[in-house]
Amino acid sequence: MDWINAIIQGILLGGLYALFAAGLSLIFGVMRLVNIAHGDFIVLAAFLGLSVTSVLGISPLLALLLVVPAMAALGYVLQRGILNQTLGDDILPPLLVTFGLSVIIQNGLLEIYSADPQKMSAGPIETASIALPGDLNVGVLPLIMFLVAVVVIAGLQWVFYRSALGRAFRAVSDKQDIAELMGLNKAHVFGLAMALSLAVVAIAGVFLGIRTSFDPSIGPGRLIFGFEAVIIGGLGNLWGTLIGGIILGVSQNIGAQINPGWQLLAGHIAFLFVLAVRPRGLFPRID
Amino acid sequence: MTTTTYSISRSSTVTRTAAVVGILVVAGLIAAPWWAGRADMRLLSEMFLYLSLACLWNLLAGYAGLVSVGQQAFVGFGGYMLFALAIFAGVSPIVAIPLAGILGALVAVPVALLIFRLRGAYFAIGTWVIAEVFRLSFAQISALGGGSGTSLPVAIVRGMASNRSMREATTYWLALGMAVLVLVVIYMLLRSRNGLALTAIRDSEVASESFGIDIWRHKFVVYIIAAGLTAMTGALIFLQKLRISPDAAFNVNDWTAFVIFIVVIGGIGTLEGPIIGVIVFFLLRETLSDLGTTYLLILGVVAIVVMLKAPKGLWGTLKERTGLELFPLSRRVVKNKSDK
Repeated sequence: MDWINAIIQGILLGGLYALFAAGLSLIFGVMRLVNIAHGDFIVLAAFLGLSVTSVLGISPLLALLLVVPAMAALGYVLQRGILNQTLGDDILPPLLVTFGLSVIIQNGLLEIYSADPQKMSAGPIETASIALPGDLNVGVLPLIMFLVAVVVIAGLQWVFYRSALGRAFRAVSDKQDIAELMGLNKAHVFGLAMALSLAVVAIAGVFLGIRTSFDPSIGPGRLIFGFEAVIIGGLGNLWGTLIGGIILGVSQNIGAQINPGWQLLAGHIAFLFVLAVRPRGLFPRID
Repeated sequence: MTTTTYSISRSSTVTRTAAVVGILVVAGLIAAPWWAGRADMRLLSEMFLYLSLACLWNLLAGYAGLVSVGQQAFVGFGGYMLFALAIFAGVSPIVAIPLAGILGALVAVPVALLIFRLRGAYFAIGTWVIAEVFRLSFAQISALGGGSGTSLPVAIVRGMASNRSMREATTYWLALGMAVLVLVVIYMLLRSRNGLALTAIRDSEVASESFGIDIWRHKFVVYIIAAGLTAMTGALIFLQKLRISPDAAFNVNDWTAFVIFIVVIGGIGTLEGPIIGVIVFFLLRETLSDLGTTYLLILGVVAIVVMLKAPKGLWGTLKERTGLELFPLSRRVVKNKSDK
C-alpha cells in the first residue's frame, strides 16, 4: 500500500512540477528564450503571496488575485525593458542576463525577507483529505493543485492554438520578420508571452508556498525540476509537460520510499534515463 | 624597382613585447614566497585558480559554443578525488592532483555522451542537472563524510612539506603552475588544427560542416580537456581549503556564476579576457565584500549591464577599437616592401 500511496502522491506532486514547467515551455516555444531566473521568479511569487496574506490577512488562494496580475505586469515590463534586447541567434545574452536576474532576485529577497524559511497557511483545507478504498488518503489541497495544473495547461493549450493571441505567438515563433510585416509588434507579443509565463509562475509560486516551506535560495532547484519536466515530456508539448511533471514526481516519491536520501537523485536519474533513451523527450511536438 | 610582397604573420611587435613582459611577470610571481606576505599569497593563489576556471569556461563557451552552467560538477569531483586518493589509497596530494584530472576527464566521457544530446540553453541547464547528480551522489558516500563532508587528515597535510611556510609556498606554486598550464594548453590547442576548426565552427557551423569538419568530435575533445583541467583545478582548490563538503564542492555560485562573471566582464572568446576579468573581479570583491548581499546584487547588475551595453567585455571592446592582441592567435596579412 505504501507504494501505491507513493505513486498517487507523486502524481499529485507532478501537477506542481508541471506548473513550474509550463511557463518555461511557453516562453521557449514562443521566443526560444530559456529563463535561468524562472525558479527565482517562482520563489519571488511565493514571497509576494506571503506579504499579501500577512498584510491583508486573507487566504493565500485569494492572494492569487493580486499576485497573478503583479507577476504578469513584472513579466511584461522585464521583457520590454531588458529581455527583448538579448534575443537573437546567440544564446549567451539571454542566458547571462537571466542568470544576472537570478542573482539579483535571490539576494534582493534575502535582503528583504532574511534567510529564514517561511510558509503560508491556507487554513483547515491543508489537512483535509478524502479517504479512498484500501486505507489510502488523498489530501484535498494536493488534489486542488493538480486540478489547477490541468486547468492551467488546458487553458494555455487553448490560448496557444485557438485564440488570436496564440496565433500571434505561433506566427512570431515561426518567422519573426514576416509576422512583423503582417502587422504584429514583435516586442509587444514577446512581452505578452512573458506576462503569461509569469502569471503561471505566480500560481506555481503561491502553491509552492502553501505546500512546503521556502526561502530565497530554493529557486534554482525549482528551475531544474521545471526544466526536467519539459525535457521528459518533449520540447514544445504542453500536455507532455504535465506527463513529464508526473513522471518526475512519481520517481522522486518512489526514490524517497526506498531511501529518504534518494528522493532528488531518483528524479534526476529518471530525467537522465529519458535523455539517454529518447533525447527529444517522450512526446516531442512534430514539426 | 620596388615590389610589394605579402606574407601571413601571426606575431607582431606587440605580441613579442607581451611575451617578454608575460615571462617577467611569471618569474616575479614564482619568487612571491620571498617578497609577499602570507595573506597576499593566499589571495594570489585564489586568483590563479579562478583564472584557470575562467580560461577553461571561456574555452568551452567562447570558442566551442558549449555554454555550461554545471562546471562545478568537475571542480567538486576533482576535489573529492584528491581527498579519496589521499585518504584511501595513501597517494601523496601532489600525485593525486594530476590523477584527479585524469579521472575527471574519464568521467566527462559518459557525461558528454548524454549531455551533448541537448542544444544551446538546454545544454546549459542539463550540465547543471549533472552537477546536482554529482552533489547528491557524493552526499551519499558516508566514507567521505556524507552530507557534512570531511577534512584532509593532518598527517597527509604535514607530509607535503617539512614546515608550514614551505607547505604554503608549495600550494602557491601549484596554483600558479595550474594557471600557467591551463593558459599554455589552451594557447597550443587554439593554434593547432583543432583551434582552426573551432574558429571555423564558431564563425559558421553549416559552412565548417560542409568542409568536412566533424563538429561533434571537436566539441567533444574540448569538453573532455576542459573537464580534466577543471577537475585538477578543483583538486587544488580543496587542497588549499583542506576541507570538503558536497555543498562547498558543487556550489554553483562559487565555481560557475563568479567564473561566468569574470569571463563576461573581461571579454568572452579572447585569451586576454579572463586575465582582465579576474583582476577586475578581485578588485571588486576586495573593496565591496563588506557589503554582503548588496555586493552580489551589484555583481548581478554589472553582469546585466555589461552583457547589454558591451557584450564583448572590457578586452573585446578594446580589441575591436584598436586591434590589440597580446597572444598571437589571429593571422593577418603583412605588406613587405623590398627594393630589387
